[in-house]
Amino acid sequence: MSEETTPDAAAVRDPARRAFLGVSATAAAAAAGFVALAPGVRLMELAQAQSSYPAAGQFASSKIRWGMLIDTTKCATGCTDCVTACNKENAIEPGSGRPAQSSQWIRKIELTEQAGGHRELSLPMMCQHCANPPCVDVCPTGASFKRADGIVLVDRHICIGCRYCMMACPYQARSFVHEPLHDQNPEVPRGQGCVESCTLCVQRIDRGQGPACVEACTQAGHGAMIFGDLNDPAGEIAKRIATTASSQVRADLRLDPGVRYQGI
Amino acid sequence: MAANIVYREIANKRATWALLALCGLFIVAGAGAHLTMEHYGHVITGMDNRIVWGLPHVFAVFLIVAASGALNVASTASVFGKSIYKPLAPLSGLLSLALLAGGLTVLMLDLGRPDRIIVAATQYNFKSVFAWNVFLYTGFFTIVGAYLWMMMERRMNAYAKHLGAAAFIWRLVLTTGTGSIFGFLVARQAYQSAVLAPTFIAFSLSYGTAIYLLTLAGACAIDDRPLGDAIVGRLKNLLATFVAASLYLVAVLHLTNLYFTRNHGVENFILRDGGIFTGLFWIGQVGIGSVLPLIFLLAPGVTRARVLLASVAVVIGGFCQMYVTIIGGQAWPLNLFPGFKVSSSFFDGEVHNYAPSIWEILLGLGGVALAIAIVILALRLLRFLPERLDDATLDPSHAALRPHPAESAHAQ
Amino acid sequence: MKLLRGQSASSRARSILAYRGGMSRISLRGSSHLDLLATLPVHAIRLLFIFVFAIGANLSFAGVPKPVIDIAKPGSKCLAPPEVMRRTHMSMLLHQREKTLRLGERGAKVSLEGCIECHANKSNGSVLGSNQNFCQTCHAYVAVKVDCFECHQPSTGMVKTAGTKP
Repeated sequence: MSEETTPDAAAVRDPARRAFLGVSATAAAAAAGFVALAPGVRLMELAQAQSSYPAAGQFASSKIRWGMLIDTTKCATGCTDCVTACNKENAIEPGSGRPAQSSQWIRKIELTEQAGGHRELSLPMMCQHCANPPCVDVCPTGASFKRADGIVLVDRHICIGCRYCMMACPYQARSFVHEPLHDQNPEVPRGQGCVESCTLCVQRIDRGQGPACVEACTQAGHGAMIFGDLNDPAGEIAKRIATTASSQVRADLRLDPGVRYQGI
Repeated sequence: MAANIVYREIANKRATWALLALCGLFIVAGAGAHLTMEHYGHVITGMDNRIVWGLPHVFAVFLIVAASGALNVASTASVFGKSIYKPLAPLSGLLSLALLAGGLTVLMLDLGRPDRIIVAATQYNFKSVFAWNVFLYTGFFTIVGAYLWMMMERRMNAYAKHLGAAAFIWRLVLTTGTGSIFGFLVARQAYQSAVLAPTFIAFSLSYGTAIYLLTLAGACAIDDRPLGDAIVGRLKNLLATFVAASLYLVAVLHLTNLYFTRNHGVENFILRDGGIFTGLFWIGQVGIGSVLPLIFLLAPGVTRARVLLASVAVVIGGFCQMYVTIIGGQAWPLNLFPGFKVSSSFFDGEVHNYAPSIWEILLGLGGVALAIAIVILALRLLRFLPERLDDATLDPSHAALRPHPAESAHAQ
Repeated sequence: MKLLRGQSASSRARSILAYRGGMSRISLRGSSHLDLLATLPVHAIRLLFIFVFAIGANLSFAGVPKPVIDIAKPGSKCLAPPEVMRRTHMSMLLHQREKTLRLGERGAKVSLEGCIECHANKSNGSVLGSNQNFCQTCHAYVAVKVDCFECHQPSTGMVKTAGTKP
């Protein structure tokens, strides 16, 4: 294991300086719980521990603000590549209850303009990772929080499942886990009774990759989604936002989301 | 006149045991429902990712709001100096504590992770109204508990007034906080009004007074204690005032909302197109909950039976109001893209229906039963209720209300 | 209880205790210390009985076996000596999870996965499942629920998603 530097050291994670030494992302052994709802225990294979995560002692930096830019003109009605990729990466499966009780971290919305020529468009909607998140404001325990680099997350260790954040989110981005879960991605622990939402694939971001949805969209050749650091003037996302018009959904609420859309 | 008031525990063992047994049944059923929900998860309930707060929250918020209003009788005695209410004050304090306990029980047992209540009690995000409510509710228990003690301990009676004033202010803050839970939600069109806070205060006063009336009448009936018209008449007038105030504020709420064109969708939904929500609003909340009680209470020829019926109607109307507010407000979709019609796999853009499951109903009823059981136990064990509440004892100088033919037949 | 009005507070309390203990109201009129003394042994015996029964129950049950520490990877060293780990592993995990989740620190030496990698039982590759498994053996003995694995519970062969091998 690598040495641990003091947490107060100035070491912050910066995309340019990411070191790939260090700790293998060891994966946990499987567990059938104490209160075993599912019998049988399984061994979790160590995913080839490419040392993807940087060394200990590096923290998320507030100099970065992660964001996404979605070009709705390139987003096809009926295409759900991003949704599929998200569900695969985060091991989200349809629940055993009603469809409305299954988690949806990202969804495709089909829009039809009511005035004029009834223009149709399609776009993915997920947690907008606002700079002033109402979900963070209303969480009684502080489980809903914003990381320094702008990602809004749920600390599922202290989430009590009151669902107030779900009431507060203007984008309907949050889901509640209605039943016990099995078969999870070891890097994305989720549990019954807690609220969850798009994490911008924080486990991938911390490894230097982009979110699964963006990657899937890019690999499929649609090119409707880009991801990057909004604070980096040299980055593609900042350049595009600076040159082409883009908007935030419900900008009137002044939440300053990190996800922007073009072509609405 | 107050010196003649003697407080005594309820002696009717059979009735209290029977009622306690009945409540016990519901409490056990509620506990069983909670355990089932915790084991299988909320997938067995009617709540989902669109309607996240369901029937348990309707029950819980109703009980909590009523709890705050039930203390009003004690406040009228201590804070506003109306000494005729003094004998009623201990029961008022007890009722408010019991209702709050019942409501909070339902709320906490519906959490996704009820095993983490300790977390909720120790980690706070002070920007959240919920976090403030934890302090407001526990503080309420403490203050009202101390207030009750001061009322019932002869040597502390002199201080009851001050604590009563503190309880009164605390109550206002608490109810404003409860209303703010909804008022602070930027996204929901149904809740966007500052009028919601005073409206909740008016609701609390009317529901609390109605439940108090029913409890008082019930407790006196169980133990054959005389309950005079002097006090019932005053409570009746209080109830009528509060119901009228609630109706007025609801009208203001909807009229102001209707003024803004952008809110026409949600207003039409509640007032006209919402199916069950429209029915519950007009027939339940307005009709049964406001207009009918006003007629019963204010029309000439009022009888004791009518007053009690009016109280029941107010309670029914209160449940309907909470249902419309809490669930109706969620059923209406969020408007993410003004000017667009939307659809998605997550039910964007469409009204979402809600059908409560048996578990939620049992949980809610369990909370109600808990509140009733606490009241009965306390009345049985401690001296909350005066032996006599007839006119002669309470207010010898009081001229009786216009005697009505029905009244004379009423047993004293 | 009006009968008790004339007495002092302390004797009133004693009388109430005695009353609850089964004495009639009439006899309370002349309540004295003697009556209380008479009922004390009854209560004492009751308590003694409960105490003995509780101890005996614990002794007589087969109960939970003493913990068995079975290190799947003997020879490697843990983060700290066993005595230290026993007392502090919970706070180590608690503190590190805050740092990882809130501050975004990855790759720290304290990690749930790190523990499991070493301590997972040879037979079923897990730290739970029976009282021979590492976490469960101690936690069952001290009757402390392990909350971690309702969520931290991946499946077999959950390979990282395609295209992520750096």
